[in-house]
Order: sequence, then C-alpha cells, then structure tokens
Amino acid sequence: MAKLNMVQAINLGLDQEMAKDDSIVILGEDVGKDGGVFRVTEGLFEKYGEQRVLDTPLAESGIIGTAIGMGMAGLKPVGEMQFSGFSYLMIPQLEGHASRMRSRTMGQRNVPLVIRMPYGGGVRALEHHSESREATYGHFPGVKVVIPSSPRNARALMVASLRDPDPVVFMEPKRSYRAFREEVPEEEEVMEIGRSQVIQEGTDLTVVAWGAMMRTTQKAVEALQEARGCKIELIDLLTISPMDSETITQSVRKTGRCVVVQEAPKTLGVASEIIARINDKVLLYLEAPVKRITGYDVVTPYFGRELNYIPTEGRIQRGLEETLDF
Amino acid sequence: MPITELAGFSVSHLQILDLEGNADPELEPQLDDEQVLKMYRTMVLAREMDQRMLKLQRQGRIGTFGPGTGQEASMVGPAFAMGEKDWFVGAFRELGARLVRGEPSVNALVFHNGFEEGNVMPGGPGRILPISIIVGAQTLHAAGIAYAMKYRGETDAAAVTYFGDGGSSQGDVYEAMNFAGVWKAPVVFICQNNQWAISIPRSKQTAAGTIAQKAIAAGIKGIQVDGNDILATYVATKQALERAKAGDGPTLIETMTYRLMMHTTADDPTKYRSDEEVEEAWKNDPIPRFRKYLVKLGIWDDIKQATLEEEIKAEIDAGVREFEAMTDFPIDTPFEHVFGTKHAEIEAQHAEFLEELQKENGNG
Repeated sequence: MAKLNMVQAINLGLDQEMAKDDSIVILGEDVGKDGGVFRVTEGLFEKYGEQRVLDTPLAESGIIGTAIGMGMAGLKPVGEMQFSGFSYLMIPQLEGHASRMRSRTMGQRNVPLVIRMPYGGGVRALEHHSESREATYGHFPGVKVVIPSSPRNARALMVASLRDPDPVVFMEPKRSYRAFREEVPEEEEVMEIGRSQVIQEGTDLTVVAWGAMMRTTQKAVEALQEARGCKIELIDLLTISPMDSETITQSVRKTGRCVVVQEAPKTLGVASEIIARINDKVLLYLEAPVKRITGYDVVTPYFGRELNYIPTEGRIQRGLEETLDF
Repeated sequence: MPITELAGFSVSHLQILDLEGNADPELEPQLDDEQVLKMYRTMVLAREMDQRMLKLQRQGRIGTFGPGTGQEASMVGPAFAMGEKDWFVGAFRELGARLVRGEPSVNALVFHNGFEEGNVMPGGPGRILPISIIVGAQTLHAAGIAYAMKYRGETDAAAVTYFGDGGSSQGDVYEAMNFAGVWKAPVVFICQNNQWAISIPRSKQTAAGTIAQKAIAAGIKGIQVDGNDILATYVATKQALERAKAGDGPTLIETMTYRLMMHTTADDPTKYRSDEEVEEAWKNDPIPRFRKYLVKLGIWDDIKQATLEEEIKAEIDAGVREFEAMTDFPIDTPFEHVFGTKHAEIEAQHAEFLEELQKENGNG
C-alpha cells in the first residue's frame, strides 16, 4: 500500500483500468504530453500512446460531443474539462444527448462516458476556476454525478465510473488534490455509485458533506467532539445523483439532528434536496430543524475575498453547536 | 518586406445531370439499372411519405414533422453511396436517407406521434443514430464514431452526418469538422443547403459565398454539389467516403437544394418568402429530373410510373395500418431507461407513478 494524494490516486485508477481495457481512451486539453494542468493524467500518454490519450483542440463541446460518438461506437471515453467553469459549453451535448440516448432509444443505445472536471474554490485561481456547480449537473436525469473526497475513495469511484454504463460527471475537488495523502491499496478497489458512506458513527447529530467540505467538516466535528464529548455521525455523500437517501435518513432517525455542509450557493443546492428527503422520510424523528451551512448566493468572488465565502471550520463548528443545543 | 500570399482557395461545384435529365458522360457514375431504379423508387417513396404524413398531421393522427420535399436527391444520394458498415448520423430532415439505411417507414410515424419506440431499430441498434433535434450537435457524434472506427482499425467504415445551412452556423459543426480534420477521421459531412432555416434565408446565415468553403478553415476538403441532382450527390459522397476510408480525412459536401414546403407543420412560410420564389424552385424538382434521365436510359415509362405509384401507395397504406395498430405502448417505460443500473430513488418514483396512474384512472 502506498500513501498517495488524490491526483496520484485518480491517476492510479485510470492507469489500472486502461491496462485492462483497451476501449478506454482519454481526451481533453493538455491531457497528453503535459499530463493535464493538474497532472492527473501524467504518464498515461507515454504508457498508452497518442491514440488513447488525445490532446484535443480547445473546445469543450467538441471534447464531449466526440466522446459521445466514441461511447456509442464501443469505446469508453474519459473527457477532461480542464476546469468545471469551462464545462458549461458542453452542457448541450451532455443534457441534449448523453443523458438521453438510453431513454431515446428505449435502451437500445447507451453512452458510457466519464467527464472529469476539477471544481471548487480555495486554490487562489483566476475567475471561473472556483465554482461548485454539482447541483446543475445533478439536475439532469440520466447523468450520474460523483464527488470523491479523499485519495482512496477517488480511486475507487474512478474505477466504478469507468465500468459504469452511463454518463458519469466525476467532479474532483481540486482543493483536496494535494492537500493530504492516504493509504491507497495497490489491488483493485471499487465503490458503488449511488451509495454514501458513514465515515464515523455517532448518536447525537448527523453531519453530511462532500468534496472538499469533507475535510473541513471532519476537523470541525473532531474539535467539537473533543470539546463537548458528543458523538457525531459523519456521512460522506460521494454520489450527488442518484442520491442515496437511505443512508442519510437512517442516520437521522437515530440522531434526530442533522447539519448539511456544502460549498455551493445556498439556494436550490444539494443540501436543500437532502433536507427535503429528510422531511419526506423522517420528519417526526427530528428534534431540531435541519441546518444548512453553505456558500452564499453571490457570484463567486475573486480569490482575494474567496476564503470568506467558503464554509470554514469555525463556521461549521458554530452551526453544529447550534443544532446540538436547539 | 514584401507581403507574401500564404494561402488561396477555390471551391468546386459538381453537377452531372442537367434539368432535362442529360448526364455528363465523363462524370456519370457506373450504376446498373437496378441501382438507379432503386434510387428513384426511394425518392418517390420519400415524397409520398411526406404527403401522407402531412395529411395525417392535419387530421391530428401524428404530431409536428418537417417535410423533406424537394430535397430527395440531397437526402437519398449520399445514403446510396454508403457502405454496409458506414454509420448514418442524421439530423431531422432525412427521411429518404433513413429509408435507404434500412429504417422502417413506420418508425417515422411512431416517432412523430410522440413515442420513443419510433427510434428503435428492428434487430438491434445497428449503425444508424436516431433523429437529433438540437441543430448541428450530431456532427460531433459522427466525428467521435469515426475516431472509434479508425482506432479499431475498421478501415471499411466511416460516418456520414447530415445538417443544414442553419446548422452550418453552429459552433458544434465547426468543432466537428475541426476535430475530424485533426484526427483525419473518416467522416463525410453533408450540409443540405435548402436555403431556409425556418424563416432565415441563406444570405443571413453567413457572409461566406459558399458553405462548402467552411471546410477550408478546418483543413478538410470541401465541395459544393447540385443537391437536386442525385447523381452528383451520390458521386460526391462516394468519392468522399473512399478518401475517408483511405485515411485521407473528412470532406464537407454542400448540397444546393431547396425546402419546397414548410420548416415543420407548425410553420407558415408564406409569412417570410414569396410564392414566386417557391414556384421557381419547383421547376428544379429533383424527381422529374431523375425520371427524365431514366426515360433517356430507356428503362422508364408512364406505365412503370403508374405501377410504382400504386406500389408505393400500398406500401404506405400498410405502414399506416401497422402504425395505427400500435396503440398499446406501456406508459411507464421512461423509468426503465434512465440508467443502466438500478437505483432506489428511481424505483420508488416508478412505483409512485404507477400508483398515481391507477388512482387517476379511477382504479385506486
């Protein structure tokens, strides 16, 4: 077992699957010789050649549109959006075709396709490089949206995405790319898409987070448990769509209290959907209103102001306390 | 320093049949009687399907559709040039081409009556994609499919994709030509220039003198053909496919034709174009022109024409009967085709849907 960061772990997942399955091809901007601007595809061009790791013209719709064609013709394309902020150019292809081909043809055709995109703030980048738009992609029926939070689950979810028969938007929290290392087993490890994971069990409060917010939330949870001796159940959402209601509602049934932490703007976000599902299934078990700790409904500010707009450990801790004390 | 010229270009126009059905002997393709008669039959079938579908639409028996009347040579010729392993990647005004590629005509009726079953190909998906409504988007799929063919070493397969003069303004179409050019992917782009994108005339679509020249910027071959001359559309596509499969890259073929009817049945073209213009365009109808050619070859006459018309009427009648018997499409299939994997939320909603449906029907 090696200690890898998330970049290396995703690379491992891609590499191992490409070695086994020659239908997997990677295409995107600078994914070849350069290994991607974040180095996620580093070494794959040298190992698998330019026929399987394609440096494409600079056109996001072109990358995903051609990938859809490849997918329908028997390949398993992995299209990279250099930053999620540039990915909206391919939405007509994703929403208009990839998500619908199965339904349109009554199951005769499918589009196996992985769309990788680094997303989220906190890396002092230029405009359009810091948003969290998972709710946007989560709103397209027929599209799976996956967000890992650690090197180990990033690798296991990448393997799952590569083996999935449907379009998967694989959103990589770039703030977590090199933030920490984790043991990642060399042998195959696959996680199921559509399943959340209980990271630690507890009885007093359920906390749900995903992506880069997991680590910040984890720190807040640890600090609070230390300070108050409470037991908090922490859930890593992992799949945005199709969402795993069961893991969350079972937990809330036990704890009676819940806080959802999301980096994205507050309104119409994934947190809202989680709360709606809690209301559907376990409203009468609640002892406190379910709290959202989120970004704000503002245009993501330039990096000079950015950190004030992403939920911090302190803000999360205060929110957890408020819910515990309600 | 003197200014030096780096590039220049020219655009060719191909026409083989004149309006009287005389073929240029140097350009005329070597087709046997059976082939040309089949081409003619498909053109007439496509035209008659349009007429019948218009009636069905006016009677409320099918929904909105876009007739291809006037574009039969442009639709059908390229499809006849395709080989068995070639992929057909269409837009929404190529019924004639779909018929050539083996799609049953009943599919068009089912599709235009609002059921996805109209996209299901008998015997499996084959190498024909369903109707694509988003203008121009499908051309990228063709480029990707062609890349996959090349990657798999299928040198006897290429992709043929259709779009229109309106589509030529879409970024996706340029991206498709550009990607295919870089990859030297075996694609043939057919731009059916029917002069009108709903109400927008060709002159407002682009300042470029031809659409064919848009190939130049993408570094691929471009040619304009008389799109009402089926021998020209056939020959241009045949040559383009040969080049594509030989690894010489994609071609853009602009077929100059005319949309003789409305954009779709929801459109009223008298609002934006003159009757005189349309009357003039009818004089260039591709079907009589090809019929004159067949007569000159000595393989067609009025009796054969009458027999063909009867045959086609019977074929369409049978298709309509088949279509009208298909009344029992299950209403809950969308839940089965969201994903290829099972998910609790979709299954729960499916169950709720069925329950509500029962209540709605008074059985709950």
